[in-house]
Amino acid sequence: MKVEAPATLDEALACLQAAPLVPLAGGTDLLVHWPGNLEAKAGHYVDLWALDELRGIRRDAEGLTLGALATYWDAIRDSRIREEFPILVQAARQVGAIQIQSRGTWAGNVVNASPAADGVPVLMALDAVVVLASASRRREVPLDAFYTGYRTTVRRADELVVAVRLPDRGNAVQTFVKVGSRRAQAIAKVGLALARSEAGWRVVAASVAPTVVRCRTVEAALDAGDAFAAPEDLLPLLREDVTPIDDLRSTARYREMVLARVLWHAIAEAA
Amino acid sequence: MSPERGSYADPAVDYHVEIAFTLNGAEVRIRVDPAERLLDVLRYRLGLTGTKEGCAEGECGACTVWIDGLPVDSCLVPAVQARGREVVTIEAVDPMRLRPLLESGATQCGACTPGVVMTALWILDHPDLLETHTVRELMAGNLCRCTGYDGIVEGVLEALEATRDTEREPA
Amino acid sequence: MRSPVPRGRIREVRFASGLDRSELVVVDHRDLTGPNEVLLIEPDQPVLAADRVRHLHEPVLLLAHPSREALRRAVAAVEIVVDPEPPVLDFTVDPPPGGVQYGDDNVLKRLSIDKGDVETALAGAARIVEGEYRTGAQEHVYLENQGMVAWEEGDVLVVKGSLQCPYYVLKALGHALGRGPDRVRVVQAPTGGGFGGKEEYPSLVALHAALLARKAGRPVKLVYERGEDMEATTKRHPSLVRHRTGVDVEGRLLAQDIEVVLDGGAYVTLSPVVLSRAIIHAAGPYACDHVRIRGRAVFTNSPPYGAFRGFGAPQTIFANERHMDVVAAAVDLDPIELRRRNLIENGQSTATGQVIDDGTDRTALLDRAVELSGWHEKKAAHAELARRHPWRRRGMGLACFHHGAGFTGSGEVVLASRVDVAGLADGRIEVRSGNIEMGQGTLTVFTQIASEASGLAPSAIALAEPDTARVPNSGPTVASRTVMVVGRLIERAIEDLKARLGLPPDAGGDRFAEAIRAAHAERGEAPVGTATYQPPPGVEWDETTYRGDAYAAYAWAVYVAEVEVDLRTYTTRVVDFVALQEVGKVLNETLARGQIQGGVVQGIGWALMEDVVLEDGAMANAQLTNYIIPTSDDVPPIRVTFEETPYAHGARGAKGLGELPIDGPAPAVVNAVARATGTRPTTVPLTPERLMERLEEGRADVA
Ligand SMILES: Cc1cc2nc3c(=O)[nH]c(=O)nc-3n(C[C@H](O)[C@H](O)[C@H](O)COP(=O)(O)OP(=O)(O)OC[C@H]3O[C@@H](n4cnc5c(N)ncnc54)[C@H](O)[C@@H]3O)c2cc1C
Ligand code: FES
Ligand code: FES
Repeated sequence: MKVEAPATLDEALACLQAAPLVPLAGGTDLLVHWPGNLEAKAGHYVDLWALDELRGIRRDAEGLTLGALATYWDAIRDSRIREEFPILVQAARQVGAIQIQSRGTWAGNVVNASPAADGVPVLMALDAVVVLASASRRREVPLDAFYTGYRTTVRRADELVVAVRLPDRGNAVQTFVKVGSRRAQAIAKVGLALARSEAGWRVVAASVAPTVVRCRTVEAALDAGDAFAAPEDLLPLLREDVTPIDDLRSTARYREMVLARVLWHAIAEAA
Repeated sequence: MSPERGSYADPAVDYHVEIAFTLNGAEVRIRVDPAERLLDVLRYRLGLTGTKEGCAEGECGACTVWIDGLPVDSCLVPAVQARGREVVTIEAVDPMRLRPLLESGATQCGACTPGVVMTALWILDHPDLLETHTVRELMAGNLCRCTGYDGIVEGVLEALEATRDTEREPA
Repeated sequence: MRSPVPRGRIREVRFASGLDRSELVVVDHRDLTGPNEVLLIEPDQPVLAADRVRHLHEPVLLLAHPSREALRRAVAAVEIVVDPEPPVLDFTVDPPPGGVQYGDDNVLKRLSIDKGDVETALAGAARIVEGEYRTGAQEHVYLENQGMVAWEEGDVLVVKGSLQCPYYVLKALGHALGRGPDRVRVVQAPTGGGFGGKEEYPSLVALHAALLARKAGRPVKLVYERGEDMEATTKRHPSLVRHRTGVDVEGRLLAQDIEVVLDGGAYVTLSPVVLSRAIIHAAGPYACDHVRIRGRAVFTNSPPYGAFRGFGAPQTIFANERHMDVVAAAVDLDPIELRRRNLIENGQSTATGQVIDDGTDRTALLDRAVELSGWHEKKAAHAELARRHPWRRRGMGLACFHHGAGFTGSGEVVLASRVDVAGLADGRIEVRSGNIEMGQGTLTVFTQIASEASGLAPSAIALAEPDTARVPNSGPTVASRTVMVVGRLIERAIEDLKARLGLPPDAGGDRFAEAIRAAHAERGEAPVGTATYQPPPGVEWDETTYRGDAYAAYAWAVYVAEVEVDLRTYTTRVVDFVALQEVGKVLNETLARGQIQGGVVQGIGWALMEDVVLEDGAMANAQLTNYIIPTSDDVPPIRVTFEETPYAHGARGAKGLGELPIDGPAPAVVNAVARATGTRPTTVPLTPERLMERLEEGRADVA
């Protein structure tokens, strides 16, 4: 294994331009089951952890900027985030436990592209934009256009995520529900982030499709003012938006039913 | 830097790098293989076997140490990332601080205990955490199969109570 | 290196070309110098598979290398090629043609209990209530994985590691390596949790480490990683239990007809004794004149199931206590009242005909637990919540149960455990036993018992390291026997030492120490007192008819759970838990409470979330991220209460308590979920997915 240790972002981007290295942030995804992972241990990495310019959370007129090394714990300890974007804190508190929150980054969660992620759905519900940079250019991609399929993204091999930005807008509704096998330290069997602003409703679901997804059919119905008498009434719409499967952790049927039920109750409580 | 593709696991090539960091208050300088985790360096290179490995997947917390004052799972930290940081392990803990935990039954087999202690002492050092969190939430990253957690939670609460009492007493 | 399939014939072991074998040590079955058998009850399990494999992950080949990284590369370069055969994976159905792999019918063991005349009693019953209950496998998840170090010291092979029973390992090593007991030595290292998982399995790890060390000619350390530990080692036996119960109009039990089936896995290992404890506890702590229990442990091509805290009892107690609630509903009685009418009174007998007369008032225990739990007050609040809240539901559930301490029946007599106590030159004493510390507090409690019995200060008590070269065989550290049985032996060995020194039994402290020092001065060697197990008077057991005193003593308990079910997600959370038990004298309150709390949380895990997903007969979710055990945030404080009726034949009046707390949580929690949701769940773990199915079926019933 080889690890490059750039001292600045520019150096890091230069490394990436020269070779398709694997970026290493908090390591809480990359190092799982590390000892037996011969393939990963034969890889070539670029360590971002020392790049202080990527650290921290900034607030400006346009909104909130999570640096690429901003961790869950950074968000949990930020009282303004707690007030303005409570679902970020709710989601962060449900990511692993303190040992993961202290090292896991929002950007790592985004790039890792797990359909069961907890950071991604709340960011997506708040219309987050992913800021990508390479040695030659910078671009911004809305998070809901970042994923191209199961664990694939639009990120090119020479790019780093340098920040995740959230627009400044009042969100009248912010709800996050994570359904795991236990209360703490669990991978979501179903995740739901719900938000409502002047941009309309956002309904984002996790663990029910190859990527975290916006449920646009449901959003459209809510924007049109449709009402639903029972959770089951949401199922036909949800089936347009999600495609849950059976796996080691749960069943497709459970995921679909429970998504409908938590969504229905969340809408009812938001009303 | 070397731009070539391929496998970086050639036994004939030496990939070691030298890193320096503060360990339990003292400066450490050591050559590490980048594939080594902080846990490996602590246990197998530096002989600090107090930190335990229970899962190698960040679930059990037996490998908890502090980096720059925050609890982390050392099984998920590449050793090279310790560079320039301040690492504290169970070996640095003052045994007197363990008393309330011992008395409340916070340990049985002891396999989880080094990690439990590192998280528990971090809570005790930051009592303001309990304004937003419960002890049970903060301890959730340390699995214990023996105690059922009551002994641990009570130990932390009693130790907090004891510190408050001593603080209240005029010096 | 392990079998890649659940059943088949080994064709070859293939080494990739280019693998550097210079420092690699390779061991297979041909390296054994004794029979290829792991010595336990039956000789059917090989140390390393020779020509056939009977379960996924069965050990075939061992590799060792001085470099961990090089070893990993070697593992990736070796392939075990097996011609697969159709496996038998369902223990609840008869084996298909060609599937019989043990005896005539794949039954590893059959046992039964008969009391009275069940058929006649059922014919006269006002109601017959039937039920079928299932429990899944459970993984121990001791925080410290299996691990062993082996080396040779001259002519002696030494093995040191994480284990519960040094003498089991010693015998297994001697057998398969063809060495006498003087040429093998087993030392227990402080063990990071066992729960039964380090009862029989470490013999295999020790054998593997020993074979490698012998071939390598240097010490070898063999430590499992979590994944291997989860997929390859033993687990709690999955079970299927059927009940047919006759009751009269007042809800008195007239007849209990019970069938118990356990999945034993691919080798016999400890299944016969697990089955024994399972059936003995199957009828519960109730007085019933007509009982029939038929039990069998069945072969499947799964890794062998093995010892796990409770040892068969949790499975049958879950079924029985869940069934009692179903019976109560059938006769329209409150579940507390149904139990009160049937609990054994002093003078009445258990299913094996054992007359209970221990002075414990079991209905008083029931009433006290109900009162502590706030059962009646909470019922109203729960009804109110159900009216008011769209998705939160609460309910209470309880379980009454008992657990026999020590080995079953004549087991302790056969074991004939021995403890020595030696006087040291400085007047201190050293307790020599093979019983080990794995977190349950053996060291503390043994010190306490020896200190009280000798009158010496705790600092004057030394405990010998469990090393078979130094300590006698005081039996395994299992079956809740350590304090009650072995603790009592310590007391008697101290009495014996006093007698040998010419002291009266009540001579304590300074006089004792003085006599020890004098003996040293006189003889120049340590005076040693010894004690060997003697059954308490009047305990009789017939192994062939399964009648009589199955255990010398029982602990009794009533557990009450309060749960909250989220009807959006079908998720259950235990919000309050009362654990009340009578365990004889409690010797150390903190340790005893810790045992109960830890056991209850393990039981809550089994009840609600610990789901071993089997694929090809073995655990597919063998990671801690996919096999979920409770964290601190998943469980409430466990409220523990002890009632104490001192037991005359246990150390300081103690009975066993280590296993008891795993028995009650599953039925108490599932009964509470049943009450909260109005469904009839019959399976643990009762995952949200399973509860959803139950609720949907219920809805279909109503429609
Ligand atoms: C025990 C445990 C519990 C967990 N619980 C949860 C949970 O509850 N919810 C949840 O969502 N996740 C969970 N995770 C997963 C993980 O913690 C998160 O996904 C975390 O956000 C990853 O961040 P990281 O910085 O550690 O990523 P790393 O492991 O460093 O990297 C993850 C991926 O992102 C890439 N990457 C990282 N940073 C950048 C960047 N700036 N630019 C480009 N690529 C980048 C890496 O190359 C890698 O592919 C858990 C993990 C563990 C071990
Ligand atoms: S070993 Fe690091 S969390 Fe388990
Ligand atoms: S004390 Fe054994 S795991 Fe916690």
